[in-house]
Amino acid sequence: MTTAATLGTETGTQVNQYLTFTLGSEEYGIEILKVQEIKGYTGITPIPNTPPYIRGVMNLRGTVIPVVDLRVKFSMEEQAYDKFTVIIVVTVRDKVIGVVVDAVSDVLDVAASQIRETPDLGARADVRFIGGMATVGEKLVVLLDIEKLLSAEEMSSLTSAA
Amino acid sequence: MGRTALIVDDSVSIRQLVSFTLREAGFSVIEAGDGQEGLHKLDDGRVDLIITDLNMPRMDGIAFIRNLRSRPSSKYTPVLMLTTESQASKKQEGKAAGATGWIVKPFHPGKLLEVIGRVLP
Amino acid sequence: MEFDISRFRDTFFQEAEEHAATMEAELLRLEQGGGDAESLNAIFRCAHSIKGASGTFGFDDIAKFTHALETLLEGMRAGRIEPTAARAALLLRSVDVLRELLAAARTGGPPPAGVEESAAQLVVAQRADWAPNAPAVARVDDSAARPYRIRFVPAPEIFLQGMDPVLVLRELERAGEVQELRVDLSRLPPLAQLDPEICYLGWDLRLRSEKSAEDLRDVFAFVEDGARVEVEPETARPALSAPSVRAPVRDSTSIRVTTEKVDKLVDLVGELVIAQSMAAEILNNFTASSLLRLQEAFSEMERYTRELQERVMGVRMLPIGSVFSRFPRLVHDLAEATGKRIVLEMSGEETELDKAVVESLGDPLTHLIRNAVDHGLEPPEERRAAGKPEQGAIRLHAFHQGGNVIVEASDDGRGLDAAKIRRKAVERGLLAEDQPASEEQIHAMLFEPGFSTAEQVSSISGRGVGMDVVKRTVEGMNGAVSISSAPGRGTSVRIKLPLTLAILDGLLLRVGEQTYILPLVAILESVRPTAAQLNSMAGQGEVVIMRGEPLPLVRLHRLLNVPTEVTDATRGLLVLVENHGRRLALLVDELLGQQQVVIKSLESNFRKVEGVVGATILGDGRAALILDVAGLAQMARNARGVIDR
Repeated sequence: MTTAATLGTETGTQVNQYLTFTLGSEEYGIEILKVQEIKGYTGITPIPNTPPYIRGVMNLRGTVIPVVDLRVKFSMEEQAYDKFTVIIVVTVRDKVIGVVVDAVSDVLDVAASQIRETPDLGARADVRFIGGMATVGEKLVVLLDIEKLLSAEEMSSLTSAA
Repeated sequence: MGRTALIVDDSVSIRQLVSFTLREAGFSVIEAGDGQEGLHKLDDGRVDLIITDLNMPRMDGIAFIRNLRSRPSSKYTPVLMLTTESQASKKQEGKAAGATGWIVKPFHPGKLLEVIGRVLP
Repeated sequence: MEFDISRFRDTFFQEAEEHAATMEAELLRLEQGGGDAESLNAIFRCAHSIKGASGTFGFDDIAKFTHALETLLEGMRAGRIEPTAARAALLLRSVDVLRELLAAARTGGPPPAGVEESAAQLVVAQRADWAPNAPAVARVDDSAARPYRIRFVPAPEIFLQGMDPVLVLRELERAGEVQELRVDLSRLPPLAQLDPEICYLGWDLRLRSEKSAEDLRDVFAFVEDGARVEVEPETARPALSAPSVRAPVRDSTSIRVTTEKVDKLVDLVGELVIAQSMAAEILNNFTASSLLRLQEAFSEMERYTRELQERVMGVRMLPIGSVFSRFPRLVHDLAEATGKRIVLEMSGEETELDKAVVESLGDPLTHLIRNAVDHGLEPPEERRAAGKPEQGAIRLHAFHQGGNVIVEASDDGRGLDAAKIRRKAVERGLLAEDQPASEEQIHAMLFEPGFSTAEQVSSISGRGVGMDVVKRTVEGMNGAVSISSAPGRGTSVRIKLPLTLAILDGLLLRVGEQTYILPLVAILESVRPTAAQLNSMAGQGEVVIMRGEPLPLVRLHRLLNVPTEVTDATRGLLVLVENHGRRLALLVDELLGQQQVVIKSLESNFRKVEGVVGATILGDGRAALILDVAGLAQMARNARGVIDR
């Protein structure tokens, strides 16, 4: 892990680690500290009358956690799940949530100086959920604010059933 | 001169978390996935601190710690074990093998640094 | 020694909460003139225990506050200060403040407002001529750092564990002010015999620190093996007295279990391991003739597993008395506020229920008692005029019935006015003007969400406030609630609860590719209908005629939005369920069988989902949803409403 060692000596700027993943041709990143684990795709049980991007719930070692499909959330073209489909398990405010993405690519060190403000992306992704953009080498990575992304009302509250 | 720590754990996420925290605190970090790999990495030079998990494939933490204490280069190096609340007996075993202290999982990064402060001048 | 002090903190909070409960109960007796010297002693011991322990755990504000409590109590106990009702009332309020302090310490939140004032009141109340409204003048003594004597003789081989004793001394220096440090060289051997790998030194020091002895001892956690470590406060602290009353635990994060229960569990696990190794043995040398023995071994394992399951569930059981115990205070306060005379009678406190159920019962029962006092019980004059004793009675009664626990909250007040409720229900559109309804159905209207709004409360003699909340909470625990009343004689609310929350007898069923679970208690029967039984009624949607009675037919695939090929009811199955006397036929593809399932919360990681009580993990590892009959009925009604319009 020589890269890690050399990066460690680089002082002065705040460096955060991001787990990056792909959705279609785009690369996204979430803070590694929010990531609990990465799982292959397993059976998801649909939940009635929830927004389409909530795919359902899955069994994570005896705990039932909701699973969110980011393609659907970002209004991208849906893709059938296959053996490469990956679920990133994140912890957001004490809740454990699975996030379906196309594939996980890398863990990147991103210095604060590398992060730029979000340009106007048009309708593609909701800018509210984006913490910034980072250029790492040749790559442009969209850094997601997972807290905001998964705290939308439908994830946390429900108008009373009665 | 910066200090170097070796972190040995088969769980990548724990390793990442520990490395991340240590690097934030100014350490250079070397990582290994089990005891054998850990010893191998130590052949390249001395480190200031070793943090190791106990349950690992190939060479577990206890054997690893015993091995460390038998090598001149790591005889007095502080060694912290990563334990869980339910591993009280393992903890004793680790202490007997020569571990300096322990960190109970799950831990907060701040707690980790606090414990390190206790074993490193 | 455990490194993580928070584990002991939990115990501290449990104990402190128990002490607070004891203090409250004894103070209530005292205030009503029923207390004696032993009451005062008990209260004093509780305050004293909390003070000692809170200091140890570093909760200095609690220690400070309980010190003020203790001082006043000490005076009362010694007979220097008169235990007047006003002082008892002040102490009661102080117990509330103490609870807030405990809660704040537990959650790490800011200390509650008004602590200083309360503490000051306690000091002022020591004056012989103290009257309740005297202004507070004194402040509590504020001493923080305490002197300690510390002795540390490390294990000789400390260096071989990668530890330097000097680091420990540095950490002590950071913990406070070292006033004296002596090195003990007595064990140092002659130079020729000196082994550089051995530590021969020891240290004695005097330290002034704000930290507790426990915190200071923690500094030695890594080096205490084989070492001599002494941490003594310089002023001897009185020994902690043993808690005098063992009130049941009221805490959401941990359970206290008797060693007896634990021993039994350990035994059972032992049996299970033996049975398992026997089975493994048979498998290792397997021949056709071993089949019978394997079957036996397997049924043995099954038996132990089941018993283990039951006993583990037993660990979660708590006596309902732990929630009842808060009501004497509530009734006392309510009686004071309303000027009514009330006696609270409780029975069946020892009845055990799942911990989660017991904890969730507090709020609904509080609602019921409040309602009974506010609206059920009449003022003394009115009762006298009606030929009843002036003192009204509220009864809480818990008992077993079948596999359930029944909790009844009743009063001997004026009862419900069915005519008024009916009028209100018609006004609210819950009932048509000419719709016939039994008294029972009318009483059940009180549980309807639209029914109880603030403006009606005063106009209805009897219930109103939050009854829908009571119902929701109880149903959320898989229970049921009903109400009965006799005019002039009183009202009784009956809550029926499952023994445990975590396990449910369920019926597994299939709709499309999905498996769902229905609680067995809600199911009456299942039938495959004939075409002749199916019908469509205007404004009612589909119905199925069962023994002459038309029942609403609910297509689960439609309600839950699951694709299926079985849309013809005569090819599927109808599961008849009952909810509050209303029957419903649910159309499913097929039944898969009956099974006990472990209920997993959806809310802990997601949120509440309409028509679903929770989820479980099936044998194949997939999650499956457990349906909620009441919720489904509501969804079906809403769906129909939409169609009608």
